Amino acid sequence: MSENLNMEQMTSEYYDVLKEIGNIGAGNATTALAQMIGTKVDMSVPQVKLLEFKELGDMMGGAEQIMAGIYLGVEGDVEGSIMFLLKKGGAKHLVNKLMMGMGDENAPDFNEMELSALKEVGNIITGAYLNSLSTLTNLKIYPTPPDLAIDMAGALLSVPAIEFGTIGDKILLIQTQFFDETLIDGFFILIPDVESYTKILKALGIDVHIVA
Amino acid sequence: MSEMIKVGMADLNVVKSPDAITTLGLGSCVGVAVRDPVSKVGGLAHVMLPDSTAIRNNSNVYKFADTGVEELVKQVVSAGATRSRLVAKIAGGAKMFAMNSNLSVVQVGARNVEAVKSKLKEMGIRLLSEDTGESYGRTVIFYPETGDFVIKAVGKPEKTI
Repeated sequence: MSENLNMEQMTSEYYDVLKEIGNIGAGNATTALAQMIGTKVDMSVPQVKLLEFKELGDMMGGAEQIMAGIYLGVEGDVEGSIMFLLKKGGAKHLVNKLMMGMGDENAPDFNEMELSALKEVGNIITGAYLNSLSTLTNLKIYPTPPDLAIDMAGALLSVPAIEFGTIGDKILLIQTQFFDETLIDGFFILIPDVESYTKILKALGIDVHIVA
Repeated sequence: MSEMIKVGMADLNVVKSPDAITTLGLGSCVGVAVRDPVSKVGGLAHVMLPDSTAIRNNSNVYKFADTGVEELVKQVVSAGATRSRLVAKIAGGAKMFAMNSNLSVVQVGARNVEAVKSKLKEMGIRLLSEDTGESYGRTVIFYPETGDFVIKAVGKPEKTI
């Protein structure tokens, strides 16, 4: 009954699988990040949370917290989208690192070049994440070109929340903290459509038998 | 002392003057404020999706433009507002990402705005003003005392509609 797959009905087994995907994905993303900025990057154990829409903003330090959101579509065997969010300070720091100190970490806004570098950061991180999901499941997963916006957390999150909104009343959030010399809070939101969820779970050898 | 009541995503609340009501970081969602200028009772809904009938999983009435507006009106009326005097203001419905892909969610902001407007019209509630569309998030504060709907966005001057 893939049609009736509902986030709230997820058993702990599915939840564990998603957690593991999150873990491996974030691990790969961290490696990619370290290669990109050329320093050692540590990662905390990702937190996987199923949150109500109302709670989303608070998770990121308030709905008005200014964040960079990189959003891209996913095509192939799995359809949906993925969003990677970073707090503005962390985003500034990463971009400056990538630009070998040529970025202006203290400027209030991002210039053209910094925005473009930030998009690339998002691209590499989400790419690494999707790659590990693809390897794990043996499913073809292709990302579409990324899109970047810098705005209030709540406003950015409304996009994945709306996508999740068509499935249920909660959103699955993977929080990863990266450290180089600074702490960078990153959040992944993976939004497969209902059918793809079943595909992912099946590919991982999980018997999908969710009753509505 | 007046209080500021918060409304989360897919949520709504009702206040009476001098209290005010706010919702933070509206993106593609729409904030619908209604008010009875006489009793000064007002409410704010933060709706996410246009149409409850298009989705199977629609138990949360606050989530949709159609059922959300209906519920908002019901709740302000039961808090003391007079149905026939209600007027509305709306904000939000932005397109947060330009998006090269054809995801339908990209257009959802505009669809939300449309759905809210047609529901208000259907219910005979006059829309006084709006600040919708564009590509940025908004925090809104509604004051049932004056009917002022204050809109804040990152890097933009505050405005009142």
